[in-house]
Amino acid sequence: MKRLSLAEALREGITEEMERDDSVFCIGEDIGITGGFGGAFTVTLDLEKKFRDRMLDTPISELGFTGIAVGAAIMGMRPIADMQYSDFLFLAMDQLVNTAAKMRYMSGGTVSVPMVMRAPVGATGRGSQHAQNMERYFIGVPGLKVVAVSNAYDAKGILKAAVRNDNPVMMFEHKLLYGSKGARAEIGAIDSSSDIPDEDYTVPLDKAAVCREGTDCTVLGWLLMLHRSKAAAAALESKGKSVEVIDVRSLSPFDYETIGKSIEKTGRAVIVEEGAKTGGVGAELAAGITERFAGDLMAPVMRIASADVPPPFSPILEDAYRPEVDRIIEGIEETLEF
Amino acid sequence: MNQELIKKIQVRIEKGGYEKAFLLDLFERMFLIREFEEQVKFLFLEGSMPGTIHQCQGQEASAVGVCSALRTEDFITSTHRPHGHALAKGLSPDEMLGELYGRTSGCCKGKGGSMHVGNMDKGMLPAIAIVGGNIPVAAGMALAFKLKKTDQVVACFFGDGATGEGAFHEGINMAAIWDLPVIYLCENNLYGASTAAKDTMRLDRIADRALGCGLPGKQVDGNDVLEVYENTVEAVKRCQAGEGPIFLELLTYRITGHSRRDPCHYQPDDEKKAWFDKDPILVFPAALIASGVCTQQEIDELRTGVEQQIEAAVGRAQQEPEPTLDDLTTDVFCAPAASVS
Repeated sequence: MKRLSLAEALREGITEEMERDDSVFCIGEDIGITGGFGGAFTVTLDLEKKFRDRMLDTPISELGFTGIAVGAAIMGMRPIADMQYSDFLFLAMDQLVNTAAKMRYMSGGTVSVPMVMRAPVGATGRGSQHAQNMERYFIGVPGLKVVAVSNAYDAKGILKAAVRNDNPVMMFEHKLLYGSKGARAEIGAIDSSSDIPDEDYTVPLDKAAVCREGTDCTVLGWLLMLHRSKAAAAALESKGKSVEVIDVRSLSPFDYETIGKSIEKTGRAVIVEEGAKTGGVGAELAAGITERFAGDLMAPVMRIASADVPPPFSPILEDAYRPEVDRIIEGIEETLEF
Repeated sequence: MNQELIKKIQVRIEKGGYEKAFLLDLFERMFLIREFEEQVKFLFLEGSMPGTIHQCQGQEASAVGVCSALRTEDFITSTHRPHGHALAKGLSPDEMLGELYGRTSGCCKGKGGSMHVGNMDKGMLPAIAIVGGNIPVAAGMALAFKLKKTDQVVACFFGDGATGEGAFHEGINMAAIWDLPVIYLCENNLYGASTAAKDTMRLDRIADRALGCGLPGKQVDGNDVLEVYENTVEAVKRCQAGEGPIFLELLTYRITGHSRRDPCHYQPDDEKKAWFDKDPILVFPAALIASGVCTQQEIDELRTGVEQQIEAAVGRAQQEPEPTLDDLTTDVFCAPAASVS
């Protein structure tokens, strides 16, 4: 057992998978440069020392290297692609949505695309184009699995499960949760480190996790918003409110079994999302909850999300854009009082 | 018929020392594609075949010339115009027609359709119908071969229009920097849908686009099946020697519409006539006969055999079962794999 940051846990997971299986390789920009920084957030730092032939540093060609990952996966390799900032996924959209996601179906089940695409999200003082929460653009794409990791233990276990899965997996990570060190440390970072067991383990791609038990209201979050939701729940405990917090983790498919059990108990649901409210992950989740559990609900499903604006640069505006703990507390209280 | 082209082919026949059976097989495959496409056009126009179609009449020599230089374990990737490539790579008229009719007997169980035919067992990735989308994918397949240290190669077909896509430049650049075993085959049929290629680029030679990424680019007569074949054989050797990708611009012409009922009013009459005179289905047998390889009667017998083969395949395909409604939701994801230890 050892304590690792999320970036370190991912690095260990990637290393173990590459040791276990020769068909696993990494591809992306600035991931394996000697003297470089191991990807924008240090996840692949020094891996080139051990796996020079399987750390493929690409030109700045997001569409191109994504297509190469797709092709290699089709031929039996297991690429872990690294999108330096998730905003750049738009450049690779054709390969992900038109080819990776659809190839299984349009081939009549004869082709598989076992690839992982890792991508960091979240507003972090970089302005509008290095800040979006891109999860929303992928949850409605049949053929893709979509996951989001909020702590180091899950990050390692989900990464390993994703590599071993035969389908294309979109894996979203948050810049403020990596625990990147040195020159790549992030201002405002949150500790998401975990105790990591010595033995091999995986975490399922399709299961939510109850992080904090409670009886009055269910709060659903992921990535950074999960941490803020937990802080809000802790604050409300001192006011005598018992809030259950769920890490949604699997954004496609949603784990309605775990979510439903909680709502059956609490009768109230609050979804906390970083990213514009309109058309977000929370919209789908709220609709899905309402369709399935309307009889259990004692209040409308509430969405707490970012403003419907591009992520702003000004630190004051960025804080106003993204839900912080006080806003989450207010939302939960409003739902409890309904 | 274009006598110059016939003579050029005769020289290759005589210099190449080819077996008669090989040469007749080239013709038979080209004619199989032509007959398939003509039948499909008829079935589509009479309304019995669903969907839309993009056909390759006139381009048979490039498909057959390339695929004849490949083994089953070598792969091709194709485009929205894939019928000729598929038949040249060894897919059967039955699995093709089944797919075009949307039947479960199709190579993709009727879920792909005309624009996504393929069969991994025969070395063809189901075709990718986003223009240029297959270009980086082909590089990735070649990367897998390189990492696994096999001697397989990938032949990636696309049209002149695809060279305007970012995917083209990103894909061939990465294939070049990593010396990947991929042969890029630009079938330049002079038009991207209805727009003349010359109106979409400053270059006279599309092959020159390859030079910008540091791989060789060469123009090849795409209506001369042996010239295509010989250049592909050389390209395969180059790939297998680890010397990296090559770009061949195959000069050819589509003597049918872009899709559906396109009457091709944008193709000038004199241009059409010049290319109809170079129709590979006509000039290649003319060269074979002129060189004394075979007789007109032997050609006629091959044609009759292919016509009967296609007619019978159409009859069978029309009797194949439609998918059931349960098929709608299968094949989206792979079945859960046994856990990896």
